[in-house]
Amino acid sequence: MSSNGTNKLEKSDRLIKLSLLMIALSAVSVLAIITIFIFEQGLPIMFRYGLKHFLLGQDWYPSEKSFGLLPMIIGSLMVTFGALIIGVPLGLASAIFLTEFSSRRLAGFLKPVIELLAGIPSVVYGFIGLMFLVPFIRERFGGPGLSVLAASVILGIMILPTVISITIDSIRAVPDSYREGSMALGATKWQTVRMVVLPAARSGIIAGIILGMGRAIGETMAVIMVAGNAADIPGSVLAPVRTLTSNIALEMAYASGEHREALFATGVILFIIIMILNTVANMSSAKQRKKGSGR
Amino acid sequence: MRYGKNYTGNSFFKKENLFSFLTSALNQKSLETAPPLLKQGKGRTYPECGQSFLRFLKLFSPRKLAAFKASSVILPGFILILMFFPSCQSKKSNTTEIIVAGSTSVQPFADKWAELFMEKRPGLVVNVQGGGSSAGIMAVKTGAAHIGMSSRELKEDEKDLHEIEVAHDGLAIIVHPSNPVEDLTIDQVKGIFSGDIVNWKTINGRDKAITVVVREEGSGTRGAFQEMVMGKTRISKKAIVQDSNGTVREIVSRDPNSIGFISLGLVNEKVKAISLNGVRPSEENILKKQYHLVRPFLFLTREEPSGLAKEFIEFVLSDEIQSMLPKEGLIPVRKAG
Repeated sequence: MSSNGTNKLEKSDRLIKLSLLMIALSAVSVLAIITIFIFEQGLPIMFRYGLKHFLLGQDWYPSEKSFGLLPMIIGSLMVTFGALIIGVPLGLASAIFLTEFSSRRLAGFLKPVIELLAGIPSVVYGFIGLMFLVPFIRERFGGPGLSVLAASVILGIMILPTVISITIDSIRAVPDSYREGSMALGATKWQTVRMVVLPAARSGIIAGIILGMGRAIGETMAVIMVAGNAADIPGSVLAPVRTLTSNIALEMAYASGEHREALFATGVILFIIIMILNTVANMSSAKQRKKGSGR
Repeated sequence: MRYGKNYTGNSFFKKENLFSFLTSALNQKSLETAPPLLKQGKGRTYPECGQSFLRFLKLFSPRKLAAFKASSVILPGFILILMFFPSCQSKKSNTTEIIVAGSTSVQPFADKWAELFMEKRPGLVVNVQGGGSSAGIMAVKTGAAHIGMSSRELKEDEKDLHEIEVAHDGLAIIVHPSNPVEDLTIDQVKGIFSGDIVNWKTINGRDKAITVVVREEGSGTRGAFQEMVMGKTRISKKAIVQDSNGTVREIVSRDPNSIGFISLGLVNEKVKAISLNGVRPSEENILKKQYHLVRPFLFLTREEPSGLAKEFIEFVLSDEIQSMLPKEGLIPVRKAG
């Protein structure tokens, strides 16, 4: 290639680099603005009442200046954990089937269908939950039906596409030579999957699970509709529960003054929890890269 | 790092290749005719992995794609710009516009009244805003609004405002239609919502646990219920919380063991409103002052209403509007003539 052409290319490259940088920075600045805004609105009240009041208080009565968020923190964790219990085994099984056992044609049909799940608006999930799942739980297991269980099942289904597609990617990234080696040693297909493929893809799978977890903990609309939203630490999986996100969304409309600030404080706590999750996810994928196994 | 080597391999990114690859994809030719952008000797190739993305791209003609790209840059930019501009609502105090602000319970009705008013008097503007009763009261006091809306009685220190009752809203305690319980005392209702009474058996119902459904903290309906029924007693935190009258009704209509409270006007055949101390909740009983779970919808002004504010208030109190109220679930302050 002539030096003239290279020059031209370099110039346009620089231009593209610059414009991409601008776009990337604007995305980052939105994050910064959101962070600053949430913390600016939420931190003052947390310091006024003390962190302990928020993190360990069990009574949420904003009109009486009681801002205990412990029921919501526990609620969020319970619902998210429940979603993982339901979503992860299903997701892993589907991903293993689609990559290792199904025919190419079947996988080519099923994978887009599963990805369609991600495109269904959460309010639709919530509505279906309210119409079918909640009455089912009420009649079969008792309680009000609006419960930890209902929220977990709905969220478990909602995280499926995330878990499945990331697991598929990381399983596909395991080199075929691993499988061939395992087969050559006389292992069956299932033994190969269980003892070679899954361990090699482990960190990618974990990252997928953590992303699904992030989706579950952040989901609001569907949870509001099926969880019952009682601001109390649930005594069983059949008791109603309120998550941090639903706490904000439920009460934002009418909140003013300290009540509003307390909702921002809820946002701060949620923000920190999600940051921790993201950091863990990043660390686990970094660890994997260092190890050099998998992809 | 299975694919990584190829992503960074410069030689693969020949401009011509990249261009024709993309255009051929966009021109709806099959992928096979596109020149290989990245090729691996063995196993999966990059284009194969990118196929679904390209299929997605094919949905757009090149022109549409350009528009899509432009909008994807412009839109976030626009939003960013918007974020930096605080809402610049003008607080005009001229005589052709009045601001009505306050209770979100009154707001939907006031919106309608304002619409009808503006239809009759073109050129005049009635600007209805929410914010809640307390915010409305503050807004009138400070002069930020001409008329404040409140769905609760004024407190002692707020009594210096002019208050005009424009309507009443009843509060109904509702249960599932199949529930045998027809009548409760106020104390029983209080016991149920505070969590002291947990089984319908205690109040002559079925042997089932009670599911209590309430509104969220801060809502006017919950505030009115707290004030009129609960007094200083807390509503149980085990109660299920919903964020609208409609969803409370929906849940009560589906759960045979539930109880909740909603605006009287929103009671329909799917739920049963129960009597309190033997008095049925009805417009008649409210006008006779026998049913006590009633809250006023108040319009507030700083001084004796005048000008446009006066006209609007008079319009709301006119037969035309007052006779419309029952249809919307409210109780008129005066019988239409």
